[in-house]
Amino acid sequence: MTTQTTPAPRPSPLRRLGTWLYPRQRLQLGGLLVLPIGGLFVVYFGALFILLLNAFWAKDAFTGQVEPFSWTVAAFRELAGNDVYRTVAVRTIGVAIAVTITDALLALPIAYYMARIASPRVRGILVVAVLMPLWASYLVKVYAWRTILQGGGLVDWAFGWFGMSGPGLDELINSWLVLSYLWLPYMILPIFAGFERIPRSLLEASGDLGGRPSTTFRRVVLPLVFPALVAGSIFTFSLTLGDYITPDLVSDAKFIGNVIYDNSTLGNLPLAAAYSLIPIVIMVVYLLAARRLGAFESL
Amino acid sequence: MTESRGTRIALKAATAFVLGFLYLPLVILVIYAFNSSRIQSWPPQGFTLHWFGEALNNPQVRTAIINSLTVATVATAVALVLGTLAALAVQRYSFFGRDTISFLLVLPIALPGVITGIALQTSFVTLGVDFGLLTIVVGHATFCVVIAYNNVIARLRRLPRSPEEASADLGADMFTSFRRITLPSMGTALLSGALLAFALSFDEIIVTNFTAGASTQTVPLFIFTAIQRPTELPVVNVVAFVLILVSVIPVYIATRISGGESAGKL
Repeated sequence: MTTQTTPAPRPSPLRRLGTWLYPRQRLQLGGLLVLPIGGLFVVYFGALFILLLNAFWAKDAFTGQVEPFSWTVAAFRELAGNDVYRTVAVRTIGVAIAVTITDALLALPIAYYMARIASPRVRGILVVAVLMPLWASYLVKVYAWRTILQGGGLVDWAFGWFGMSGPGLDELINSWLVLSYLWLPYMILPIFAGFERIPRSLLEASGDLGGRPSTTFRRVVLPLVFPALVAGSIFTFSLTLGDYITPDLVSDAKFIGNVIYDNSTLGNLPLAAAYSLIPIVIMVVYLLAARRLGAFESL
Repeated sequence: MTESRGTRIALKAATAFVLGFLYLPLVILVIYAFNSSRIQSWPPQGFTLHWFGEALNNPQVRTAIINSLTVATVATAVALVLGTLAALAVQRYSFFGRDTISFLLVLPIALPGVITGIALQTSFVTLGVDFGLLTIVVGHATFCVVIAYNNVIARLRRLPRSPEEASADLGADMFTSFRRITLPSMGTALLSGALLAFALSFDEIIVTNFTAGASTQTVPLFIFTAIQRPTELPVVNVVAFVLILVSVIPVYIATRISGGESAGKL
């Protein structure tokens, strides 16, 4: 009788690959990054680049089709030559600023209450209460406001008590109201997290050194929570800047996004592409500034 | 610093006001779902369950739901894989341009959706790609990646490296260590990232409107066209009511798995 010793099993290919890769850090890194960053560059930045090219291409006067590699600045000349495009841009940026300020003013007290005054149990309930509307569908919320604002709706009914009628679905103020509503939770949550991160000892130190509550709030709390406010403002500002569904559904006043969308479907693609450079430039500058202010750690 | 009594009362009132503002439109829609009249005037005319049956048997609603679920599932899967890979690279290696990666990844969600939409639409047209579910998925995946990335990298920052090192010392290769040690400890981060990515994709309209083409409907696209036709409003009310109810599920799961840890994470 002989005893057989089984030979050590040959390591699996995956295992051998792992062993081979182990000392090769650069290769591991490349392997990890090739899909996400490669994909991002091909799909997203590639698409942005093609969009940029289209802004400088001519369109056929008869078919409306873009002729690739026919270089021209006609689209930019058209944008500069018509006041409507400047008006729309100023209006959109104005509403984006107004929405951001409105949301900051509404978010600060509730976020402060949640983080510093509410008991842990109430805080948990409030966080959920703010999260719920955030997860509810965007279009459902816009639609809800449409039913409230339209003739015969809740606002009209309430105004009726004072013998007046509501604004209907035409006014720019509707866009401001509904967009402020939509993005409010995006402002509350980062500011709440920002308030929570402030150590109590700092506030006590300020008080011990003679700072009145209002001084402490202004000189200690606000500067510390500011990056969180900037983080929230990225959402409120950018989402307003790029929206075209809400302005379309609750008012008559067009936004940058409406001009871009309308021209993309009507076939003036170079104009739409050229016009979209405005929000791109604004947001890249905004993001770079926000990063300097430390907002990315608060996202 | 302790707040004075007056400040506390004012803050409480402001909190109540903001909550009322957040919930008023949702409550109004829930009421309208049971409105017996076809006309959306306030106050509602009477109570009925009739529209629920009508919505259930609406073939457009069914197709839209199936399309939305398909797109959200695929986009979430793609986002989880790519977001995890990028997070592992940024957290575990130091290299030139590391700080730029977060910035690049956040661009698709930070730049206005209308830009992503028209850029993708223009590219698809220029390259001759047909519009459909696939083009919608591509659009959604671009902004869902950063959601998964943010969740995973936040978790990786807090994970100690020692269990992985122990695993390597005991002879496990890097794939085994990842599968048996790292991946299980990222579980809830992946789940909350997946929830948020899925919800964002399911709800997306700004980009989808550009990349869907004329014949493909998703739930938001259905609502968008239907609310502009007065006769379809009762069906939209029911769909909206269901969507409001369904949005409780992710909030419930998210608070259960995180214990509030990532509540402020967007």
